[in-house]
Order: sequence, then C-alpha cells, then structure tokens
Amino acid sequence: MNRHNLSAFVVGLVFGLGLLVSGLANPAKVLAFLDLAGNWDPSLALVMGAAIAVGLVTFTLVKRRGTTLLGGPLRLPSARNLDKRLVLGSLAFGVGWGLAGICPGPALVAMGAGEIKALVFTIAMLAGMGLFELLEKPRTA
Amino acid sequence: MTIDWNAFTPVSALAGGAMIGLAAAAFLLINGRIAGISGIIGGLLRPQAGDNIWRIAFLAGLVLAPLAWTVAVAAPDLTIAASYPVLIIAGLIVGLSTRYGSGCTSGHGVCGISRLSPRSIVATLCFMATGFATVYVIRHLGGF
Repeated sequence: MNRHNLSAFVVGLVFGLGLLVSGLANPAKVLAFLDLAGNWDPSLALVMGAAIAVGLVTFTLVKRRGTTLLGGPLRLPSARNLDKRLVLGSLAFGVGWGLAGICPGPALVAMGAGEIKALVFTIAMLAGMGLFELLEKPRTA
Repeated sequence: MTIDWNAFTPVSALAGGAMIGLAAAAFLLINGRIAGISGIIGGLLRPQAGDNIWRIAFLAGLVLAPLAWTVAVAAPDLTIAASYPVLIIAGLIVGLSTRYGSGCTSGHGVCGISRLSPRSIVATLCFMATGFATVYVIRHLGGF
C-alpha cells in the first residue's frame, strides 16, 4: 500500500471515528437535530460548527501552502456557477436525509457497525448513484 | 421549539466535529483531495485507472471505524427507526441527488464551507432547509 492509499485509509478511519464520537453516525440523533419543532437536540450544530472552525483555519493554511505534503497538487473543485443541478440536487438530498436521518458517510459507518438497515440504505444509495451514471452517460459520451 | 437538554451532548459533539474537521484537513494536506463521501463513492462507479485504490482505502477506513471503536471503547449507539421501504426510497434519493448536486454533508457542509465555496454554502443551506422541512412534515403534519 503506497503512502497515498495508507493516508486515505487512516483519514477515512479518523473521519468515521469522528462521526461516531460526534453522534452524527446515529440516525436517531440526526433526526432529533432536524426536528426543530419537537424536542430539539442542538448537538449536531456544534458538530458542524467545530468541524468548520477547524476546517476554516486548516484549509486556509493548506491552500496558502499550495502543494500537498507528498508534493502533489491540491485538487480543489473548480466549478463556480450556482446552477439548477446544484440547487435541485441539494434540495432533494435534504429530503432523503430527513426521511431516514442518514447521509452517505454515516450510512457506511452504520453498515460497518453491522446494522442491516444501513446496509439496505447503502445498497439503495449505490443504486441511486448508478442511476445518475446511466442518466449522465448520454451527456458525457 | 423546546431544547432537549438531556439529549444534548456538547462535549462529544465538539470533539467529534473537530476530528471530522482535522481528518478533512489532513486529507487535503496529504492527498490534495476533498473528503466528500458521496464524491469518493461516486468516483468508483465511473472507474478510471489509478483513481480507485485510494477511494477504496478511504471507504474501508470509514467502514472499519465502528470495529476500532468497539475494540477500544464500546459498541456504538446507533438507532435506525425508519422502515425498510422508507430506507430504500431515502437511499435512492440520497444517491441520485448527492451526485446531481455534486456533494453531501461532508463535501459541501464541512469541506466546502471551510474553503468558503459559494456553491457549497448554497448547497448546504438548501439541504438543511429541506432536511428540517422533511422531518417537520413527517413528525408534525403526519406524513408517512
């Protein structure tokens, strides 16, 4: 395993542990956060706040550096336009997220914890992503 | 709105959030990539030579995190209340929409806002708004 792949594995592991520690991997806690009108659990606002606070500082430093520690380029998304795809896609994502309290990272973590329901969600999610590829093929070919 | 102070876990929320932020920063610093989970998975469905192993390695880390947590601390506390039909519909929507909208909670919500991307700020406002609205409809208007 080369350094890139080893680093990706360790980062994935720490990211997953962060999801577990924070409670974001627990769909019941996510739904309690999204339920503003009920018994609201504000915890996930702090999760996002802390992640972004750390991210704002560190991303600025890394961008100033300009290259990776392994000497490669920073592959940052280059799209700038606020198009219909971005807005409609994100609006729909919120609906899917609110239905079950599961987004892609926590789906994989909960699956790793042996939750059959998370496995079912993940398979459906992969099918949705596969459907996207089928719909996109005529565009890119 | 009533705040459920018994469910509120500020210390673990801040600690876990900081871990997520640090992991995302480390990924940019070492690999030069954005830690966006939907994009990392989606790339595997459009395989390109030399672009697959790091994705699998990252996802393997995510999937193995509960095992590490169970060995080191305790079995994680996870509750999935949704029924199977709802899980299938939700999964399909999340899969399709995160690829269509170029990201999810991690790529837009954490990494995108951290680099002050206008696209990610708009995306995050959008999915937060419909996330709140969806739970409101289900829990308070008797949907589903």
